[in-house]
Amino acid sequence: MSASKQDLESQQLNGAEIILKALAEQGVSHVFGYPGGAVLPIYDELFQQEEIQHVLVRHEQGATHAAEGYARSTGKCGVVLVTSGPGATNAVTGLTDALLDSIPMVCISGQVPTPLIGSDAFQECDTVGITRPCTKHNYLVKSVDDLARIIHEAFYVATSGRPGPVVIDVPKDVQFATGEYLGKENIAHKTYVPKMDGDAVAIEAAIDLMANAKKPVFYTGGGVINAGPHASELLRELVELTDFPITSTLMGLGAYPASGKNWLGMLGMHGTYEANLAMHDCDLMICVGARFDDRITGRLDAFSPNSKKIHIDIDRTSINKIVKVDVPIVGDCGHVLEAMVKEWKKRNPSVDKLALKKWFDQIDVWKARQCLAYKDNSDVIMPQFAIETLQARTENKDTYFTTEVGQHQMWAAQYLKFEQPNRWMTSGGLGTMGYGLPAAVGVQVAHPNSLVIDISGDASFMMNMQEMATAMQHGLPIKVFILNNQYMGMVRQWQQLLHGNRLSETYTEALPDFVDLAKAFGATGMRCSKPDELAGAIDEMIDIDGPVIFDCRVANLANCFPMIPSGAPHNEMLLDDEVNDENIGDAIGVDGKSLV
Amino acid sequence: MTQEEKVNQPASAYFIEENTEKIEQHTLSVVVDNEPGVLARVIGLFSGRGYNIEQLTVSETMHMRHISRITIVTSGTPAVLEQIRAQLERIVPVHSVLDLTVEGDAIERELALVKVAGSGDNRVEALRLAEAFRARVVDASSASFVFEITGKSRKVNQFIELMKPLGLIEVVRTGISAISRGPEAMKV
Ligand SMILES: Cc1ncc(C[n+]2csc(CCOP(=O)(O)OP(=O)(O)O)c2C)c(N)n1
Repeated sequence: MSASKQDLESQQLNGAEIILKALAEQGVSHVFGYPGGAVLPIYDELFQQEEIQHVLVRHEQGATHAAEGYARSTGKCGVVLVTSGPGATNAVTGLTDALLDSIPMVCISGQVPTPLIGSDAFQECDTVGITRPCTKHNYLVKSVDDLARIIHEAFYVATSGRPGPVVIDVPKDVQFATGEYLGKENIAHKTYVPKMDGDAVAIEAAIDLMANAKKPVFYTGGGVINAGPHASELLRELVELTDFPITSTLMGLGAYPASGKNWLGMLGMHGTYEANLAMHDCDLMICVGARFDDRITGRLDAFSPNSKKIHIDIDRTSINKIVKVDVPIVGDCGHVLEAMVKEWKKRNPSVDKLALKKWFDQIDVWKARQCLAYKDNSDVIMPQFAIETLQARTENKDTYFTTEVGQHQMWAAQYLKFEQPNRWMTSGGLGTMGYGLPAAVGVQVAHPNSLVIDISGDASFMMNMQEMATAMQHGLPIKVFILNNQYMGMVRQWQQLLHGNRLSETYTEALPDFVDLAKAFGATGMRCSKPDELAGAIDEMIDIDGPVIFDCRVANLANCFPMIPSGAPHNEMLLDDEVNDENIGDAIGVDGKSLV
Repeated sequence: MTQEEKVNQPASAYFIEENTEKIEQHTLSVVVDNEPGVLARVIGLFSGRGYNIEQLTVSETMHMRHISRITIVTSGTPAVLEQIRAQLERIVPVHSVLDLTVEGDAIERELALVKVAGSGDNRVEALRLAEAFRARVVDASSASFVFEITGKSRKVNQFIELMKPLGLIEVVRTGISAISRGPEAMKV
């Protein structure tokens, strides 16, 4: 074979070029990253091309959460680029967050040159060792000839089946070495082939149960969102066909619209009274893309004691892990929902209308309990009121919300009304304070003309506030709406409930002046402490064409209810109007105190 | 093999009730792509999720295809064993997992090297027992033997027990290799 012919058949590129080419072939338009010695060849290559834009963050954790926000708001894979050693270790929290919330992400890390691996070289760490338990899969690229294949494979693994983060550790000498480029069409994975279609017999059994249910409930989760917008449409169709009530986990909000007539609100530890009681009393639970997390089930031996359970999940390990189910269906939510809709239509079963009517009547009684009611106040802004106002002022706007972790997150989940999937980014599984601001950066990168609001707490904000500089640099007009109660509110609430109100280290003393802080970043700072001024101030915030930090001063000691205390069953909820300063210390039993 | 025992399963933070389900011991055969880190992934799964590894044997079995076979003896309640299997199958470079205990009647063999030092009657007795167990002498000095014994774990245990009073000073064991009976091969 002549040399020229060989050139035509295979392309010789250096490692850094291969990385950029493979990313481009995967359709990547944005990379969130931070440079350093071990990735300099890649940064040099980035500099010399225009196809892929790099978003320079201010901390590698920020890059990972930005990639998560990007991924969750688009359905695409988020991409991160970090250097070796501290760059990689800083990414660990975001990788773990993505693993627990099933977010597709590819993280490329630099590594010291191959001959130096294992010598404790400068900025060397065992990246694949450290990230093995916090990724879906990871790779150390030892030869440039494997590089293109590994990158394509990484995207495949990150985005197929149950999505998750994948790390590719690339030693610096591999970035310089010359090798062959392999297009993505040449890749077929040897072992990883997730099952997409549900078993037909199981689906029929599920429809049998549904056709005969007297007290059914849909319990849906992040899996529906991950299965793409089409899965949400199918879910809506199936709910309409069956006319069953529906609730969702924190991660699943938006798959079914909050304005839908069958909507019960979120379930779980801070879920609604009606959702949790429906879960407790139902005779059929149809779990779609959720995983019976402990925030959902509460006390396991009292969890929905009299129901049959159908569980649809792409990940077989989720099935029967915590709750034993009657009809397991392994498959992609979209595929399975489609088959269920088809089967239901084909059979057009005559459901027990009378029983279902009685079930909805019962639900209406629970709804009448008005579990989200709170004592309003005309002098101080109640945090619930703040979220309700935010909801009202952003309604009918093209809005994306992210959150940090704490009370503000739960209030946001309770009082915002999600009509669409992919509009709600929150750290559910890991509960990572500091997630929301960088996630908002990632969302805004993907949706430059939309309104992106990070609902934050004063403590959480400070975990990744350096990313304000990222927003400034890249012209990303994110709005950081801080429910400033001057406490680590959620922890303070637990101390009040469980530890005799001894507020050990939860008062965030020496908070910065958030308005001045905004100015220091070159952003706009706003403050509001009067309920009657809030709506106007929020409108003003929305109209500002640039990043804003909004210091919303709220009642300092408000608690987040309803709450199922740890270790309690669903029908033992604490409600706002039942708990007062006197009885609050005894509201949780001895058993519950040791639980998280 | 089953034993009645109380354990706390790693099922959830709210598994307050003690679990009284029966603990079973199972032998799993795991076919993996022989890529770097694959063994660490398997072991990390067991340690990270609090499962037991009682025995572990690993070796490449198909060199050309870079395929290794891992044999794991583990124990847990039926639900935990189901989880272990599903978790193993989820690991990206894992081709397939077979629960040989569920399949039933698999052949299990283990090899041990047993060093016995001594003289006089003990030495004669050790040699006599080794013959009875079909253990081979693979090294001998005037004051010691190294025996090689192959068989089911129970037989190996028994042999080691018998060697103890006769001057046993060192043992190494491979852990078991296991394979199903009959004409079918495990899926790769
Ligand atoms: C990184 C991290 N550290 C600690 C925690 C534990 N934690 C959960 S909520 C919370 C307090 C959050 O306070 P703030 O951001 O002010 O929100 P609030 O609850 O007051 O709304 C803490 C410390 C956490 N979730 N994440």
